[in-house]
Amino acid sequence: MEATRNTLRRIGAIAAVGFAAASLLLPDGDALAQQGKVKIGLMLPYTGTYAALGTAITNGFKLAIDENGGKLGGRDIEYFTVDDESDPAKAPDNANKLIKRDQVDVLVGTVHSGVALAMSKVARDNNTLLIIPNAGADEITGPLCAANVFRTSFSNSQMGIAMGKVMAEQKKKTAVTLTWKYAAGDESVGGFKESFEAGGGKVIKELSLPFPQVEFQSYLTEIAALKPDVVYVFFAGGGAVKFVKDYAAAGLNKTIPLVGAGFLTDGTLEAQGEAAQGLLTTLHYGDGLNNPKNNAFRAAYMKAFKSEPDVYAVQGYDAAQLLIVGVNAVKGDMGKRAELVAAMGAAKLDSPRGSLALNRGHNPIHDIYLRKVEGKENKVIGIAVKNLTDPPRGCKL
Amino acid sequence: MDIYSLLIQLLNGVQYGLLLFLVASGLTLIFGIMGIINLAHGSFYMVGAYMAFTLASLTGNLFVAIVVGIVLSVLLGIVLEWALFSHLYKRDHLEQVLLSYGLILVFEELRSLIVGNDVHGVALPAIFDWSIPLTPTLSYPVYRLFMSAVCLALAGLLYVLIHRTRLGMMIRAGASNREMVSSLGLNINLVYRLVFALGVALAAFAGMIAAPVSSVYPGMGTQVLIICFVVVVIGGIGSIWGALFAALLIGLADTFGKVLIPEAAGVTVYLLMAAILLWRPEGLFKRVG
Repeated sequence: MEATRNTLRRIGAIAAVGFAAASLLLPDGDALAQQGKVKIGLMLPYTGTYAALGTAITNGFKLAIDENGGKLGGRDIEYFTVDDESDPAKAPDNANKLIKRDQVDVLVGTVHSGVALAMSKVARDNNTLLIIPNAGADEITGPLCAANVFRTSFSNSQMGIAMGKVMAEQKKKTAVTLTWKYAAGDESVGGFKESFEAGGGKVIKELSLPFPQVEFQSYLTEIAALKPDVVYVFFAGGGAVKFVKDYAAAGLNKTIPLVGAGFLTDGTLEAQGEAAQGLLTTLHYGDGLNNPKNNAFRAAYMKAFKSEPDVYAVQGYDAAQLLIVGVNAVKGDMGKRAELVAAMGAAKLDSPRGSLALNRGHNPIHDIYLRKVEGKENKVIGIAVKNLTDPPRGCKL
Repeated sequence: MDIYSLLIQLLNGVQYGLLLFLVASGLTLIFGIMGIINLAHGSFYMVGAYMAFTLASLTGNLFVAIVVGIVLSVLLGIVLEWALFSHLYKRDHLEQVLLSYGLILVFEELRSLIVGNDVHGVALPAIFDWSIPLTPTLSYPVYRLFMSAVCLALAGLLYVLIHRTRLGMMIRAGASNREMVSSLGLNINLVYRLVFALGVALAAFAGMIAAPVSSVYPGMGTQVLIICFVVVVIGGIGSIWGALFAALLIGLADTFGKVLIPEAAGVTVYLLMAAILLWRPEGLFKRVG
């Protein structure tokens, strides 16, 4: 904004003589910033595997803005939308388009961690405000944290930390972990190991297979031979469906409990059917969460979009709630970045998931729920960890 | 690793290998006999799996779904060969790659439009929905054993078809010298059309029979495609026995690679392929002629 204003003034100075009369009719720069629209860049997946997630996040975001009268700090809003295709290679270009061409005031995105990492780099380089409504890569709010980068979803290690604590409390002594060999899985399993071993347990074997392979039979044989007290896994989507079914077909679920990060049973219960019944998972949202905010949110979302909201819709909703707090604090003057960021960092949000605050690295501090699969629902049966905050390792804020 | 685990892992490897063979056999027929590089082979596998899902939900019976699915996939193969692939026999491989790559995109998009992008499970047929306890903690799903038996039976049938029947003789003759066969008065175009349809049906059948254990999900075809090319190349292009042998080898290498050297699980099969190709660049069972 500052740069634009300077350019405008320079052009103005050169053309001052010729356009003197005309320029009198224009409001000056400061007034423009106050009265113009707030430009929001939504960079999310609208095609491909994550299309449904991108749509849910967008819906949640717009719902919160609409509940705020469709304005931010008294100013109207203009949305700029880009389909990021969950393609990290296209991410820098897409983010730059929104920032340089459309001159957005705030960037919102995305689902895929690789894309989000690229976005956070562009946002840091351009000092653009960025709110991440899903991608869980730990480092975004760890070593790569920045004053202008926020996250309203979760970090990968949080679910592992919560489940490790619960399993240690249940007096489980030994565990085997299994995941796809990629950042999200490693971080999730790392969190589990950390808290499980801190609670007195021991991870006796860490198994992993290349993403996105789904031939699990040899790992199941290995688990049966090791006979741990519990198995912690990180899988999502098609891999989650297949693993849960294979685990049950191998009869392992009768003797060795299977637990995992919530993605193991989120959006997959239809396909998993009987095999998933009774599984315990940890996530920051779940079915049957009975608080006034959640009930109101679910009703409003149903009314607006004619579909049940999910955890992704909540994350999008909270991204907008966080932005509203920031912009309201500076009364719509996006130029007051330091105050805006300070207000967002200190925000205490009333989220459908419960209370939501941010830690030093701008990562959520929230309750992680323990959930049990009952029928087609991930029923919340308790709080695994109250106000979980993962240490922002390597963050210099 | 105790002896039980070792034996079960051996079983895992063989079972995985047999399934790979089923998919790869269609590829080796089309690639080896017709000389067509068909990248869309994985898509036929995916089409099969999705047919199993939709037809099984409609009819409520996986076996009925498979029978209907086979008929549909044979038709699909005939139409594709007639409309597209038959124009490419005389062109070079690059054009075949372009066409079949295009088909991958078309099939993925159609799948997305018709069934959507969700992951679906296919219910096991009730008679196979049980497991045999092998050790106190581990049971083996009967359906996997059934799949292996079906794969073995098909390998035998294919061998008989190619080497012991009149049609097989024509197929082999056509592979060696297309012009000579047609000048002898045989309708080689029809033979090729049948081989292509057979290849498509084999891939689709593999997808259908694997659907209950693999579940159906977007992009499942591309995963299978790469490993199938590995099987075909190791086995020797066009050889049914080669494909069977190579598929078992890959199945075992993959299974034991994951258990014994988990850090390198992703590369074991490719290292094996590189080693075999250094030793025998034509693959293990080079077709004579």
